[in-house]
Amino acid sequence: MNLEALLASSLDGLMLGFLYGLMAMGLTLIFGVMKVINLAHGPVIMLGMFVLLVLQQGMGINPYLGLLAAMALGLVSGILIYFVALHRVINAPELTTLLATFAVNLMIIGLATVMFTTSSRSVDVNLGTLPLGPATLQGTRLAAVAVAVVVTVALYLFLYRSRIGKSIRAVANNRSAAELMGINSTWMLALSFGLGTMLAAVAGGLLSTLLSFTVLSGGVYETKSFVIVVLGGLGNPTGALIGGIVIGLLESVTTVYIPVSWVPVLEYVIFVLILLVAPAGLPEWFKNLRRSRS
Amino acid sequence: MKALQNVSLWGLLVVIVAATAIPILLDAPAMREEYFSMLMVIVLASSINIIVGYTGYVSFGHIVFFGLGGYVAFWLMQTFAMHLAPAAVIGGLFTSLVAMLIGMPVLRLRGAYFALATIGINEAMRTFVTNFDPFGGSVGMFFNFSVYDAYGGAKAAGQLAYYAMIAVALAVVVTSFFIKKSKFGLGLMAIREDQDTAMVLGVNPSRAKVITYTVSAFFPALAGAIFFFKNGIIEPGAAFDLHRSIESLVMVMLGGYGTVAGPIVGAVLYDRLRTFLITSETFSSLHLFIAGALLLVIVLFVTAGIVGWLRNRFTLVRRYVE
Repeated sequence: MNLEALLASSLDGLMLGFLYGLMAMGLTLIFGVMKVINLAHGPVIMLGMFVLLVLQQGMGINPYLGLLAAMALGLVSGILIYFVALHRVINAPELTTLLATFAVNLMIIGLATVMFTTSSRSVDVNLGTLPLGPATLQGTRLAAVAVAVVVTVALYLFLYRSRIGKSIRAVANNRSAAELMGINSTWMLALSFGLGTMLAAVAGGLLSTLLSFTVLSGGVYETKSFVIVVLGGLGNPTGALIGGIVIGLLESVTTVYIPVSWVPVLEYVIFVLILLVAPAGLPEWFKNLRRSRS
Repeated sequence: MKALQNVSLWGLLVVIVAATAIPILLDAPAMREEYFSMLMVIVLASSINIIVGYTGYVSFGHIVFFGLGGYVAFWLMQTFAMHLAPAAVIGGLFTSLVAMLIGMPVLRLRGAYFALATIGINEAMRTFVTNFDPFGGSVGMFFNFSVYDAYGGAKAAGQLAYYAMIAVALAVVVTSFFIKKSKFGLGLMAIREDQDTAMVLGVNPSRAKVITYTVSAFFPALAGAIFFFKNGIIEPGAAFDLHRSIESLVMVMLGGYGTVAGPIVGAVLYDRLRTFLITSETFSSLHLFIAGALLLVIVLFVTAGIVGWLRNRFTLVRRYVE
């Protein structure tokens, strides 16, 4: 086993992990605010991919500019999904909201299949490579990480510094108390759902600059998002970022040691174990561990 | 046994037997194929209703038991030339055992966490089987055509599979009925409404949930064994198809969550609708979209499902349909 291969794959994994984290952050934000597991997360990731593709092939727009359009579409479609599918059942038991978002999932995939068929696509973008010691970094990956970091920082500033962001956090903490303070909780819920899907669309757009995809690709990334979100603790955005990096590293580093096809087995087994042993996620679990020691 | 005199159970059984007898009497193989798939979705929907409808635990990845039972039975039939009946029963019992072992830790989780865990278990199993060489890995396993000779040819084997599926469907309906009518079933519904209160009132939730989960895993395993026996081929994608699992939940919601007749009605209607949409020229490309829109309407506006809605509306229905 050579150290160089290990280093190269960990760098790759780290960069992919940032993207995974961004993608899962949307799911965890929605769960944190309204206790809904969004089964339409994957299709929105897929929409983000296709926005970039259509803009590039149809109008020759640079994919990185296309990201802005993907963000806007993500935000708008999220708010729309909230009012059409969720608003009526927001206080209903899990099965109802799970199936409502799954219905949206079917509708989006159904329409997209009609429009784009299920053949494999890729966005054509090349930013060259950057040699770094033994490893070679791809420009697209670096750009994706840069965008992911910018979006994450912007999200944090929004949630912690702006008045609307504070209102969203208030609604997440205690909806009725927030309403008593004069916050319009319906709009805050709709907006946070929109923010969650916006993150999914951006992450999808960035992923499309790295890998090829189909209309059905969203499903794979959706289950991956579940794994990441559970690792980091449901409803914890920082945890999602950590979980994303863990999964990104796991996917790239373990391939040095075990066959690629065994990696998903490992991922899902870890996923179920985390749910059983530390359902609050790894960060909380470590925190409790330290507390119990001291 | 007061339950044995219940009109609603006998009514359901008579309807199922009468309907499934039609293709046999008419000797119509194409029709039999359609009824076979309908019977299978009845088994899947009714068994998922036993855990989801009665206890309120949303088992999203219930299809894992269909796949596992199918795989074990297929492996037995292929490797040891075992007959379908013992292979299916062994596959079913093994799957129930696995469900019990999985259920003991996983059923401690509540709500969304449980739903996510069941998805994880199904995906873990699917990816594991994809790498598991004795089960043929990602390619899966397939029968040599001569396997069917023991049953008197492929045609006779298809007929046997049909009868077997009828038997499993009747068994799951009877089980579902007796669970609902028993004291045990009342305990389950108490867990569904409020687990902590149920515990205070003397229900042992963890034991009741594990038993229910084990029972509800048995029937999909049998259905899997019969389905893949008839198919003659099994591979991980078809066996552990999460989509099929969610579709069974849709059927339960469509017919009526927590009722005995609901999953049957929902399964038949959904199966008919899907067949119609896929084969229709106008709708075939839009069938996913239409199925999604329909599901959304049910979830938002008819939460009790068809049977539940009728039961709430008409006393006569409430008296005769469980």
